[in-house]
Amino acid sequence: MTNEADATPVSGQVQPPARTSLRGLIAQTEIDLRLFGMLVALGAILLTFNILSEGKLFQPTNMVTLAVQATGVAIIATGMVLVIVSRNIDLSVGSLVGVIAMTYALLMTDWMPALGIGADFPFRWAIALGLGIGLGALVGGLQGYIIAYVGVPSFIVTLGGLLSIRGVVWYLSSGAAVSGLDPSFQLIGGGAQGSIGGAATWILGLVGCAAIVALLVNGRRQRRRFGFPVRPMWAEAVIGVLGCVAVLGVAAFANANLWPEGLANRIAVEQNWGPAPDGGWKIPTGFPNPIVLLIGVTLVMTWMANRRRFGRYVYAYGGNPDAAELAGINTRWTILKTYVLMGILCALAAAIASARLNGSTLDVGQSYELYVIAAAVVGGTSFAGGIGTIPGAVLGAFVMQSLAYGLSFIGVNSPGQNVVAGIVLIVAVGFDTFNRRRGS
Amino acid sequence: MTVAERTPLVEMRNINVAFGGVHAVLDVTVDLYAGEVIGLVGGNGAGKSTLMRVLSGAHPADSGEILVDSQPVTIRNPRDAKAYNIETIYQTLALADNIDAPGNLFLGREKTTRLGSMDDSAMESETRKVMGRLNPNFTRFKMPVRSLSGGQRQAVAIARAVYFNARILIMDEPTAALGPAETAQVRNLVRQLKDEGIGIFLISHDIHDVFDLSDRISVMYHGRIVDTVGKANVTPDDVLGMIILGKKPGEVSEKELAELELRTQ
Repeated sequence: MTNEADATPVSGQVQPPARTSLRGLIAQTEIDLRLFGMLVALGAILLTFNILSEGKLFQPTNMVTLAVQATGVAIIATGMVLVIVSRNIDLSVGSLVGVIAMTYALLMTDWMPALGIGADFPFRWAIALGLGIGLGALVGGLQGYIIAYVGVPSFIVTLGGLLSIRGVVWYLSSGAAVSGLDPSFQLIGGGAQGSIGGAATWILGLVGCAAIVALLVNGRRQRRRFGFPVRPMWAEAVIGVLGCVAVLGVAAFANANLWPEGLANRIAVEQNWGPAPDGGWKIPTGFPNPIVLLIGVTLVMTWMANRRRFGRYVYAYGGNPDAAELAGINTRWTILKTYVLMGILCALAAAIASARLNGSTLDVGQSYELYVIAAAVVGGTSFAGGIGTIPGAVLGAFVMQSLAYGLSFIGVNSPGQNVVAGIVLIVAVGFDTFNRRRGS
Repeated sequence: MTVAERTPLVEMRNINVAFGGVHAVLDVTVDLYAGEVIGLVGGNGAGKSTLMRVLSGAHPADSGEILVDSQPVTIRNPRDAKAYNIETIYQTLALADNIDAPGNLFLGREKTTRLGSMDDSAMESETRKVMGRLNPNFTRFKMPVRSLSGGQRQAVAIARAVYFNARILIMDEPTAALGPAETAQVRNLVRQLKDEGIGIFLISHDIHDVFDLSDRISVMYHGRIVDTVGKANVTPDDVLGMIILGKKPGEVSEKELAELELRTQ
């Protein structure tokens, strides 16, 4: 153990006494206890429903479906954290998802062909996605401008957005459902072919492990460079090993999900794979594309929140708007940017939703705003401002989705699921409030 | 060399601020020299804080001009003020409670890496250095400042002002929330900064603080400057009289003086 040598004493730095209690040991690892508690709660929920469903829930295909269903809400929740942290709200996300989903559908069925961008045009899916993201950023930016620069309360602006944007969806398609997206665009929604496959999943898992180790090593080197106290070596090892095991475990689980036999046989014939091996084709799907997208969004958003000035300003404004202003921060521009970000995230969620539907209907994204806010709040975001984490909100989305999915799995109908979701929301926030009050 | 022969660090000329119909600051002119402490005193609502908020960029003046090193400058927001090395320690401290000490010290002026990300280690290192001077026992660099004591929070606010090479420092009631030991510490700091050639505007209710630390005292009353006097030329009672009656000592009638003595007893 190199504890003493590592921690070069800094002026006035009092070394914490060696602690042997469990609480002390956990404190030394500097693990975020809130997040850890949520992971435990999520595990408990899944385990309970697995037992109630006699082991069916933990079948890979069910778990993958559950995860994919959570992605839309989880992606938007990462942005909602920043909006709520900066003492605002966005009620318009559901309608925005609806209008962008409809835009994707119409782009690929009507608008792009009318402009001569036919079905064979390369990267049509990317053009559609880019236009959708642009639309999201534009609408988000407009709402953000009215909130930050004109000064209309965000609740009002986005409530107006909720109503009027949903109305626009109807006008876009004259009330009709639109279907028939590009096959390549549909892959954004996941499914066997919309997954990255076994090898890529393992590679992603290994990259994740390497990243965890690199972060730990780099963090330790940084702290030693400036002579700050560092975590004991055993704590670093525990975090590293636990992190890698978790990442590789999830990858293994995703790879335990196999292509449906019928699809595998059909593709095998189409692409001349030769005769099926004994017991049929066993092709791992690996991570579905929407999960990969969610992982990417979570990483980028966490990086922006914790490592970039923009994130610091969002939290500073939420903690004390006057202080942020007096520190010379351009607070209006910061607020506007949070809404632009929300629009972009809505466009990504809309891509997943419309790809899964292979089209769009009038009510895509309906009530998303409520699920998204619930996910953020269950994930520890406080309406008082200044408090909330992005991984927490993603976990919150998974907690809420696990409850809904688990309940439906054991035969509880949708109104029953809503009753439970509502109660869980209140209990989770109540518990959190109690904990914080006791802690302060 | 007398004070009058040097150029002032900062001059505020004919400053006016009105909130609706109320003149919070009325045609006020003050100046401040390097290494000088001006005590700014007055009753509640006399306009001291508003005047200083103009200088720190927190509130624009309706009219008047500000000169730094005899050059006219425009201060529209706190960023402008900071660009002229005007730093402010607000009475409320203006800290983001949910952020740690280094985050607050560098708020709005974060150190970044080459790729534009925040360099937390570098900021913590600098914070440890400056806090080591101001409050050597301070160790809670990773805690949100919410969990710090009043004195520690004050130290963070002061550290923020002095770290960025302030030339003009505005201190709004810096000792109001502090205990005796911490107050003494702040007083020592003011003397130290003054010796380093920093010009300080000190807003205080505490007449002893003001007499202890200032070179000149400006008394405000209902938005106007009653008078700016050298400390050596007045007594605390004279200053109290100006604060309460809004008149220079010579202008006060016997009757008013008698009333004043009744009120201060």
